[in-house]
Amino acid sequence: MGLRTRENPLAALAALAGVLVTAAIALIFFYVPTDVDQGFSQRIFYIHVPVALTAYAFFGWGAWKALRHLWKREPGADLESYVAIHQGVIFGSLTLLTGSLWAKISWGHWWLWSESQLVLFLVLFLFYGAYFMLRYSIEPGPARANMCAVYALFGVVLIPISFLAIRLANQLIHPVVFTLQGPQMSGSMFLTFCVSLAAMLALAATLFHVELAGKRIDSRLSELRELLA
Amino acid sequence: MILAVTAAEKYVAAAYGIVFVVVLVYVLIIGLKLGRLERELDELTGKVRARQEGEAERREEVPVG
Repeated sequence: MGLRTRENPLAALAALAGVLVTAAIALIFFYVPTDVDQGFSQRIFYIHVPVALTAYAFFGWGAWKALRHLWKREPGADLESYVAIHQGVIFGSLTLLTGSLWAKISWGHWWLWSESQLVLFLVLFLFYGAYFMLRYSIEPGPARANMCAVYALFGVVLIPISFLAIRLANQLIHPVVFTLQGPQMSGSMFLTFCVSLAAMLALAATLFHVELAGKRIDSRLSELRELLA
Repeated sequence: MILAVTAAEKYVAAAYGIVFVVVLVYVLIIGLKLGRLERELDELTGKVRARQEGEAERREEVPVG
């Protein structure tokens, strides 16, 4: 097992994700105290925020790979950018779903159009959702890779706007937990949050590498098929 | 025995359940895709083998001298 994980970093990453996810669930349901204001429903925080931060991280990673494609012509960067954005959209949809459930139990509404944080995240999600429409409307090749890279780079501008919207807005319902004074929660809550975030990032990184490996094998098989034709 | 589940507990279960189901469906889709890739690889391996056998037969048919 030890040798196998050393030879295969993906297996090691998957094992780490498994351990972290188990630890996070144990901390969330058996260790962390119940919030005085929100009660039991505050536990959605430990999945909603890590999922949202993971979505931001993958959109950012997709944009970084797009930049590497345009700037350094790094081989495989276009595929990595595409897979990262795909992951970002999956985690983005989970952010909207978990956030909507939390909003319903906390505010009594599934969605509030007056909340700039929610609307900006939806805009970011739809922007990257449209990335796939662009990608699959162009024939595969350098032109498609370049256009998709430019699109992915434009989208990255929305990430800091979406992230900062909550802090810039004057009237808001969406809670602000991380301020310039540090995290506004107890030590045990912060520990649980950190483990949950690490678990979500490890899980997402595992899924990213599995999907990327699948796409690479698919592309090599297509090349092999052409060579044998 | 009837378990009394509060509304908050239902929403928390739904939030965690959604993430679990989405990850499960994702893994299922990747698994199906890997199955397809394996079948394609088998097909290509078969083609290469058939081609090699054909070449070996052609080599045997060449008259010497």
